[in-house]
Amino acid sequence: MTNTLIDQVINYWPLLGIAVIVIGFVLRFNAVLVVVTAGVVSGLLAGMSLPALLALLGKSFVSNRMLLMYALTLPAIGLLERAGLREHAQNWMAQLRGLTLSRLLTGYLFVRQVLAMLGLTGVAGAAQTVRPLLAPMCEAAAEKILPGLDDAERDRLRAHAAATDNVGRFFGEDVFVAMGGVLLIQAFYAQHGIELSPLAIALWALPTAIAAFVIQSLRMWLYQRRLQRLAALNEAA
Amino acid sequence: MLRIEYAYWLIAAMLVYVGWCNLRERRWPRAVFWLLLALLFGGGDYVLDTSKAGNALPAQWAGGAVVLLALLAPLLKRHASTPDTTPAQRMASALALGHRLFVPALLIPLVTLLVALLGAYLVFGSYRLFDPERMTLTGLALACLLALFSASFITRIPLHTGMAEGRRLLDTIGWAALLPLLLAALGEVFTQSGVGAAIAHLTSAWLPTDQPLVCLLAFVFGIVLFTVIMGNAFAAFPVMMAGIGLPLLIVQHHANPAVLGSIGMLCGYCGTLMTPMAADFNLVPAALLELRSPYGVVRAQIGSAAAILAVNIVLLWLLVFRP
Repeated sequence: MTNTLIDQVINYWPLLGIAVIVIGFVLRFNAVLVVVTAGVVSGLLAGMSLPALLALLGKSFVSNRMLLMYALTLPAIGLLERAGLREHAQNWMAQLRGLTLSRLLTGYLFVRQVLAMLGLTGVAGAAQTVRPLLAPMCEAAAEKILPGLDDAERDRLRAHAAATDNVGRFFGEDVFVAMGGVLLIQAFYAQHGIELSPLAIALWALPTAIAAFVIQSLRMWLYQRRLQRLAALNEAA
Repeated sequence: MLRIEYAYWLIAAMLVYVGWCNLRERRWPRAVFWLLLALLFGGGDYVLDTSKAGNALPAQWAGGAVVLLALLAPLLKRHASTPDTTPAQRMASALALGHRLFVPALLIPLVTLLVALLGAYLVFGSYRLFDPERMTLTGLALACLLALFSASFITRIPLHTGMAEGRRLLDTIGWAALLPLLLAALGEVFTQSGVGAAIAHLTSAWLPTDQPLVCLLAFVFGIVLFTVIMGNAFAAFPVMMAGIGLPLLIVQHHANPAVLGSIGMLCGYCGTLMTPMAADFNLVPAALLELRSPYGVVRAQIGSAAAILAVNIVLLWLLVFRP
């Protein structure tokens, strides 16, 4: 495998597709246009014919349709938000005295990570849980610390809620033996004559899972301290 | 059997509705954009079936539609979604309905969970209720439907208002909704054009291969960098593994394959947290939460990702070369 890789004459021109991505993102062109352009550039420079390239684009696009599945949550979420879901989540949070912002986020992180470890990554997510529940609850918890949150702080807080969701999912899922990541690793080794059990691979994901939990919890606690300090400054002023 | 295709048809129907609303409001590019996407969702199985049977024409048409979507995307101006209810109205409704509002919202994760756990047992004779391959996603689609119906029942708001609200949210997300699919397609194109092989070749050509630590760092940062570019650790892993991990670390320096594979992949995940190219995790949530910057979530994650990456490197250094 390695020898063929080195002996082959390598065509470096398709790397220009990466340059298209970088330049496009830096110059803030429309991301959809940038991505498709990069694909076309790389494909053509690799010597694909235009019909073959179009067929490849079309086929891989429709094979990944599950990535738009979250759209199906939107009518239910939109209807509930119209009926005051976010307002209710905020009211409820305001009543729970012991539940601080960092405890809320750490608790969510723990549940998300454990669910991911059980292979249940689709259960929570930005559309399913963060927008309708976690984000408004975080906002209410932050309002308890710093009343009158401004827009920039609100954006940062929502971003932290989404980040916590991602961290929990990413560093939980590889502990589960039947997850894509573990199976990919096992399949790669099997192709190259190294036989490993999925369990042997999954177990080594555990130390990182614990570290990720500690790090993210700590950062959320620090973020809460930041809000508390801002509140103290506001009071002093 | 409830197959995943039904969920795609549901999405297609929803997209037709969104396109139709925009058509009536004379937002032409937006209408064409969503209707074209609906066509790709509804016709996706036909494209896959015919291309498996050796007829590439429908797949080429689908590719043409993707290019057309890309050309339309810059014409879709992002606009803030303005709900047509006032905060006071929503607060009054929240106070009246109370915890009942949580029920449909929690139905989404709960039903998905139940289907994921118990779906395999719902077999009646030779009839399976759920497709075993895509259990969780089929469960999610079912959960969304149940949540919509129960939400309408509890709030006494008619279903079509729910559809209108869903349309408002999807229009807010706009072209960002497409990015995850396009980036996945780009990954495929990159793989087929040999971008990965070129990168692995470039890295290994410059490496002092007798230094285990240098090889390890090149492997780790190679995976991170490649993930940042491709937006997907699964694309980076085999490339860096074939280029550096297997020949240099495992064969030459006797690294433990299980440790290297497992923690190496997790280094890639740190890269996923740092890149806008991982659109489904980083850009779509920013759009869903209506952040003003599309990179807000990446910015919030970068500190954690860097710290976790540092831990991974230390773990690898301590564990991977132990006999």
